[in-house]
Amino acid sequence: MNFETTIGLEVHVELKTKTKMFSPSPVEFGDEPNTNTNVIDFGFPGVLPKVNKQAYRYGIMVALALNADITRDTHFDRKNYFYPDNPKAYQITQFEKPLGTNGWVEIEVDGKKKKIGIAELHVEEDAGKNTHSEDGYSYVDLNRQGTPLIEIVSKPDIASPDEAYAYLEKLRQIVQFTGASDVKMEEGSMRVDTNISIRPIGQEKYGTKTELKNLNSFNFVRLGLAYEEKRQSRVLMSGGTIRQETRRYDDATGQTYLMRVKEGSDDYRYFPEPDIPPFHISDDWIKEIQASIPEMPDKRRQRYVQTYGLPEYDANVLTTTKEMSDFFDAAVAQGADPKQVSNWLMGEVNAYLNENKLDLQETKLTPEHLATMINLIKDGTISSKIAKKVFQEIITNGTEPKQWVEEKGMVQLSDPAKLTPIIDEVLDNNQQSIDDFKNGKDRAVGFLVGQIMKQTRGKANPKVVNQILMAELKKR
Amino acid sequence: MISREQVAHVANLAKLEFDDSELENFTSQLDKIVDFVDQLSEVDTKDVAPTTHITSAVNVFREDVPVKSQTRAELLKNVPETTEGLIRVPAIIEKEEDE
Amino acid sequence: MNYFNEDITSLHDKLVNKEITVRQLVEATFDYIEQTDEKINAFITLNKTDALEKADALDAAGIDPDELLAGIPLGIKDNIVTKGLKTTAASHILDNFEPVYNATVMDKLDGQKTITVGKTNLDEFAMGSSTETSYFGETHNPWNLTKVPGGSSGGSAAAVAAGEVIAALGTDTGGSIRQPAAFNGIFGIKPTYGRVSRWGLMAFGSSLDQIGVLSRSIKDSAIILNAISGHDDHDGTSATEAVPDFTKALGQDIKGLKIAVPKEYMDKGIDADVVKAIQAAIKTFESLGATVEEVSLPYTKYAVPAYYIIASSEASSNLQRYDGIRYGFRAKDVKTLEDVYVRSRSEGFGDEVKRRIMLGSFSLSAGYYDAYFKKAAQVRTLIKNDFDQLFEKYDLILGPTTPTPAFGLGEKVTDPVTMYLNDILTIPANLAGIPAASIPAGFSETGLPIGVQLMAKKMDEMTIFKAADAFEQATEFHQAIPEFKGGQN
Ligand SMILES: [Mg+2]
Ligand SMILES: [Zn+2]
Repeated sequence: MNFETTIGLEVHVELKTKTKMFSPSPVEFGDEPNTNTNVIDFGFPGVLPKVNKQAYRYGIMVALALNADITRDTHFDRKNYFYPDNPKAYQITQFEKPLGTNGWVEIEVDGKKKKIGIAELHVEEDAGKNTHSEDGYSYVDLNRQGTPLIEIVSKPDIASPDEAYAYLEKLRQIVQFTGASDVKMEEGSMRVDTNISIRPIGQEKYGTKTELKNLNSFNFVRLGLAYEEKRQSRVLMSGGTIRQETRRYDDATGQTYLMRVKEGSDDYRYFPEPDIPPFHISDDWIKEIQASIPEMPDKRRQRYVQTYGLPEYDANVLTTTKEMSDFFDAAVAQGADPKQVSNWLMGEVNAYLNENKLDLQETKLTPEHLATMINLIKDGTISSKIAKKVFQEIITNGTEPKQWVEEKGMVQLSDPAKLTPIIDEVLDNNQQSIDDFKNGKDRAVGFLVGQIMKQTRGKANPKVVNQILMAELKKR
Repeated sequence: MISREQVAHVANLAKLEFDDSELENFTSQLDKIVDFVDQLSEVDTKDVAPTTHITSAVNVFREDVPVKSQTRAELLKNVPETTEGLIRVPAIIEKEEDE
Repeated sequence: MNYFNEDITSLHDKLVNKEITVRQLVEATFDYIEQTDEKINAFITLNKTDALEKADALDAAGIDPDELLAGIPLGIKDNIVTKGLKTTAASHILDNFEPVYNATVMDKLDGQKTITVGKTNLDEFAMGSSTETSYFGETHNPWNLTKVPGGSSGGSAAAVAAGEVIAALGTDTGGSIRQPAAFNGIFGIKPTYGRVSRWGLMAFGSSLDQIGVLSRSIKDSAIILNAISGHDDHDGTSATEAVPDFTKALGQDIKGLKIAVPKEYMDKGIDADVVKAIQAAIKTFESLGATVEEVSLPYTKYAVPAYYIIASSEASSNLQRYDGIRYGFRAKDVKTLEDVYVRSRSEGFGDEVKRRIMLGSFSLSAGYYDAYFKKAAQVRTLIKNDFDQLFEKYDLILGPTTPTPAFGLGEKVTDPVTMYLNDILTIPANLAGIPAASIPAGFSETGLPIGVQLMAKKMDEMTIFKAADAFEQATEFHQAIPEFKGGQN
C-alpha cells in the first residue's frame, strides 16, 4: 500500500518588543527569577491587561509578509486552563477571530516550487517557566510570563518532512526580515509543534494524526517527522491503527516515544476577553504597516542575481538574515564591488562570526569600512595580504581603514619612480640571477621579487614590481 | 436535565471537588438554575450579534515603554512557599509512558 | 459621634473652622462604630491605626478650604484593593491577603486626603444580594436587625444607614449598590460602565462590574463621584469622556423632564407597598413638572437568566487565579499540584461562589457555549437595544429598585433562583452599561425602606443627579433614622 503524508506545523515566535503583551514589565532574558514582573504578570486580584501596540503591529506586519488577510473587526479571547506557569489560569489569545487568516509562503524542494497555506496567525501571551526538580517540587519563574508571541498555523499542505523543513526555513527568514523576532530555535524565540498523519493515496479522509513535541532544531523536526512517517506506515502495514497521541523525539536515538494519549479534545472554555475592548483595524494603519515592511528575502535574492550578477549561491547566503543582507546592500551602496563584498561576507566575515560566536551586528564592522577596505585593495593601496590584517582591525576595533593603513605605513609602494631605483639596485647586486633568467631559469624571477620585497619590507605592489622587473631584465 | 456526571465533569474543569452529598445537592441546585436560564431558548436571536463588551472604547493600546512597578519582594510577599525568588509548588508530573 | 445629621459640606466647615480636629472626628467615628457594629457587622477590617496617623498629619498641615474631602472618613467595600490593608472579598480564600498596590479609586481618594475607616462586608466576591455569603458573617439591616441589608454592598449600605460613616464605596455588578441602598433607605449610584476605573476592583463579571457610591445625602455622592471618576490608563475599558462636575446638577428645575415607567417593572410580582411608594414617587415627579409615561421593555424577564450566565461565565474565569499558588489560602497537607488546586479552591470558596463558578464553567464548556454563553450575549444585545430606543424619547427610566423591601436573614439564601429573581429590576442597567441610582422613596407598612430607581442613558449621570436631588428636596424619606429594631437573629 502506498501512503501520502500530511503534516501540520504550529509555530510560536517571540516578539522583539521592549515590554510584555499585556503589561509594561520589561522583556529581558537571563535576569534573576521573578524580577521582570509586576502585579499583572502575577495575576493579582484587580489587575487588568492592556495591549502592547508594537506587538499587535508586529502581528499585522508578519501577517502581511505572509500574504495573509487582516481581520478588521476582532477581539482577544481567554483560554482557560490551570498550570503554575499560567498565573491567571487563562491565557489571553485570539481564538474566534485571529488577526490574520489565509496566508501562504512559497517553498522549493528538489527544484520544485510549492505554495504552503497558512490557516491563521494571531498574537498572544507566553507562559512563565516551570523548573522541575528532583526534590519533589517544581519552581516557577514568571519573568517570561506575558512575553508577546505570534502563533502561525499551517494548512494541511505540507506533504513531506523535507517540505516541513523548507517551510520552517522560509517562515524563519520572512519573520526575521520583518524584524519582529530573532526567530532562533536554540534560544527559544521560535518554537515548533508538529502533527503528522498518513493515509492511503486516494483516500479522502485524513488519517489519525500524532503530535510531536520538544523539537529544538529544524533538522530534528525533519528527522522526527521522517521517523514518525515510517513508524505510522509500519503500524498500518502490519494491520495496526494509529492512536491520537503526543510523542517526543529523542535526538540521541533518532526515534519518537509516546508521551501521552489524547482522550477527547481539551475543553478550554474560550470566550471573548471582556477586559480588552474590541478592535476595528483601519485601512490606514494596514497601509502604513505595509509600507514599513522591509524588502523580503525572495525579492532581494532576485535583485542580487539580476542587478549584481551574483551567483544564486551567494544570493542565498547573503539573505540568511536581514542584518547580513542589509550590510551587503549598504557596502555596495558605498561603491564597493558586489562580488567582492559577497566574497568577504561569505568568507572572512562569516568565519569570524562563527569563530567568535557573534552576530554581525555584535561586531564593530561597518559597511563603510568594509567598502573602503575593498576599494583600497582594488586601487592597489593595500595588498590582499595586508588586507587580512586590516580586516581584523576593522572588525574588532572599528578603526577607519584608510587612515589606519596610512598611519601604520601599510600602504603599498606602487610608484614606479620610487620602485625603479630599488629594483635596479637589487639587479646590480645579483648578476647571477640575471644570468640564470637569461638562461631560461624562471625561478630566478621569484628570487629577485623576494629580494625586492625584502628591501621594501613587503610593501611593494607585486603587480607593479613584476612589470618594472621584467622591463629592466630585458634591458640588461 | 443536568446529570451528576456533567456536574462532575464541570467540577473537574473548574478544579473543585464535591463529596457525594454535596454533588447530589449541587446537581439538583444547578439543575434548577439551568432550567431557569433555559427560558432564553424562547428568544429569537437569529442574526443578533452577541454583546460581549459594553464599553464604548475601541482600539485601546499601550505604547511599548517599560515600567517597573513592584519589587520582587513585594510580589512574593503573599506567596505561600518560595525558594530563592522562585514560587514553589508540589512537583508537576509530566506523565510519560512507554509503548 | 454618628453621621445622621451631617453631610460632607457641614463636616468640612467644622474641620476648616477648627470646631473639631480630624483626630477627634476619626476617634469619634471609631467610638461609634465600636458601639454599633456589634449589632450591624458592617466592617470586616477596621483601619484605626493608619486612620489616626493620617488624621494627625492632616491636623498638623491644616485643612485647606478648597479640599472638600480632606479628613472625611469613608468606608471602602472589601473587594477594592487597598495597599497594605487586608482585602478579602469576604472570602476564606483571601482571608489573609494584603494587596501590594492600590486600586485607582483609592489613589484618587488618597489624593483628596480622605480617610479610610475600614473595609466593609459583602457577599463573598460580591456574589449575592444579601451579604449572607460573607466568610466573615452576615451584616444586619439597621432598620430591622432580623432583615438582610441587601447585597452585595450590604456592609457599605448598612454602615452609612447606621450612621457609622458619611459615605462608602460600593460595587455593582447586577444591583449590588442600588439594592442595598434601597433596603437601607439611602442613596446609591452605579455610574456608567467605564466611568470609574476598575483597576484594583477584584473582578466578578468584568463586562458588568462598576464602582459607585452610597451616602445619605445625594450631594455627598456627587462630591465623591467627582473624585473617583475619569479615564484611567490602567483600565482599557474606562471611558475617555470628560467628567462633568456632578454637583452642578443639584438644585435645578426638572420641568419638562421626560420620564418613562416600564410596565414590566410594576408587574404582579412587585410588592404592594413598593408599588404604592413608586406611584407616590411618580406623583412627586409630576408635581415637579416632569412628564411620566408608561412604556414597555419586553425583554425584561430575560435579563435575569442572561445576566446569570454572563456574570457567572466571566466570574468562573476571573476566579481561576485563586489557586493557592501565588497568594491567598493554600490547603494544608497538600501532596500534589492537583491537591493544591482542588483542595485550596474547594475549601477556600463558599457554596454560592462555587455555584456560580459551576454555572459559568458549564455555560462556556464545549458543546454548551452557543446555547448558553453566546445566547445570553445575544439577548443582552436585545435588552441594550430596547434601552437605546427608549432613551431616544425619554430622559430617564423610573421604577422600583427592588421587588420587595428587605427580606429576612436566612429566608432566601438556600434557594438560589428565588434569590436571583430579587435582582430583576437592577440587572438590566448592568447589561446595558447605563448609569442608575436608587433614592429613598418611602417605607413599607412594617417600617422597611423602599427605593425608587432612576436610569439614564450612558454618561448621563447628570440627569440622574438632577432628578434625584429635586426628589430629595421635595421629600423627607432620606431624613429618617433607623432604630436598630429586632434582636440579633
Ligand atoms: Mg493559541
Ligand atoms: Zn499559542
